[in-house]
Amino acid sequence: MSATGDSAANRDAPGAPLEYVLRLGDTALVLAQRLGEWIGHAPAIEEDLGLANTALDLLGQARLLLAYAGEIEGRGRGEDDLAFLREESAFRNATLAEMPNGDFGDTIVRQLLLDAYQVPLYERLSASRDPRLAEIAAKALKESRYHLRYSSGWVVRLGDGTEESHARVQASLERLWPYTLELFDADELDRAVVASGVGPDPRAVEQDWSIRVDAVLAEATLARPATARYRWYGKQGRHSEHLGHLLAEMQHLPRVHPGARW
Amino acid sequence: MHPNPDWPLYEIFVRARGGLDHKHVGSVHAADAAMALEHARDVYTRRLEGVSVWVVRSTDILASDPAEADALFEPARDKVYRHPTFYDIPKEVETL
Repeated sequence: MSATGDSAANRDAPGAPLEYVLRLGDTALVLAQRLGEWIGHAPAIEEDLGLANTALDLLGQARLLLAYAGEIEGRGRGEDDLAFLREESAFRNATLAEMPNGDFGDTIVRQLLLDAYQVPLYERLSASRDPRLAEIAAKALKESRYHLRYSSGWVVRLGDGTEESHARVQASLERLWPYTLELFDADELDRAVVASGVGPDPRAVEQDWSIRVDAVLAEATLARPATARYRWYGKQGRHSEHLGHLLAEMQHLPRVHPGARW
Repeated sequence: MHPNPDWPLYEIFVRARGGLDHKHVGSVHAADAAMALEHARDVYTRRLEGVSVWVVRSTDILASDPAEADALFEPARDKVYRHPTFYDIPKEVETL
C-alpha cells in the first residue's frame, strides 16, 4: 500500500470484493498457463519467445492480484496457496481463458479477444476507487497494450493471408466467439462493483472491446460472428471440461512436493 | 519446433539508452520488417536492454571481403599518429 494509505480519503475508499479480484487474477493465471503450454512448440523460435513473454506478463499480473486477494480474504493464504491449492470450482476465471490452445490461429484469436478485453478493462480499473487495484491495473495496462498489438498483428496476417489461413482463423473466431458473452454479462457482483466505484460497467468495456475487435477483423477481412445464445459462467465457478485438466498439470508439482523450491 | 519456413533474416540493432548508438545484437527471422521489429523486441529486449530498435534485411548489408582484409586494414597498422591520444578527456564524459 502506498504511503498515503492511511489518509482519510483512502480509509474511506471501498475495497474490492474478494470474488472480483479472483476473477481478474484467475483469468490472468489460467491464460498464462495456456500460453506457457506453447513453449518449445511454437511455429518459430521468435514466436516461442513472444508467447512466453506474454505468458510471463500475465503470470506477473496474476501474482499481484492473487496476493491481494489473499490479503482481502484475511485467512493467511498467499498467491501460491490460491493458485495451487484451490479446486476447479473455486476458480473464477472467464471460461474463454481456459479454452485449449488448438492450433496457432486458435491461440491467437483467443488472445485477441482477451487482450481487447483487458486493455479497456485495465484502463478503467486504473481509476478504481480501490487504490491497490488501480496500481495493479496501471502496471498491467502497459503490458496488455503490447499483447493486443501482437495478437492484432497476427490475426491480420492470418485473416488476410492465404485462403487456408483465412478459413482456419475464421473458424477459430466462430468457435471462440460464444465465450466472449460472459465477459460483458453483468451479474450481481459486477453491478455491486460498479456501484462502489471499484470496477467499470461491463457494457462500457464491451463498447470499447467491440470497436477494437471490429477494427482488427475488418483489416483481417474476417467476418464478425453472429451473437450466440449460449453463455458460459466461468467467472461464477461453472467451468468447461477443460479447466480441470489444466489445473491438474499446473498444480501437480506443488501438491506432490509441498513447499518445493528451486 | 519447425524451422522458419521461408522467412528472411533481419539484423537487429539495439540502443541501450538515449545518447548511445545502436549496436548490433543478433538476428531474427520474420515475414517482414514490422514482424522483425516485434520479434526483436521479444528476443533481444526482454531484460531491459534497450530503448530503441532498428531492423535491417540481412541481404541489404554489403560486407567487406575477409580475403581483402590485408589490403583494406593493414595500412592503418603503422599510423599510430592518427590516434588522438593527446586529448584530456573530462571524467564526466562517460561515453565518448
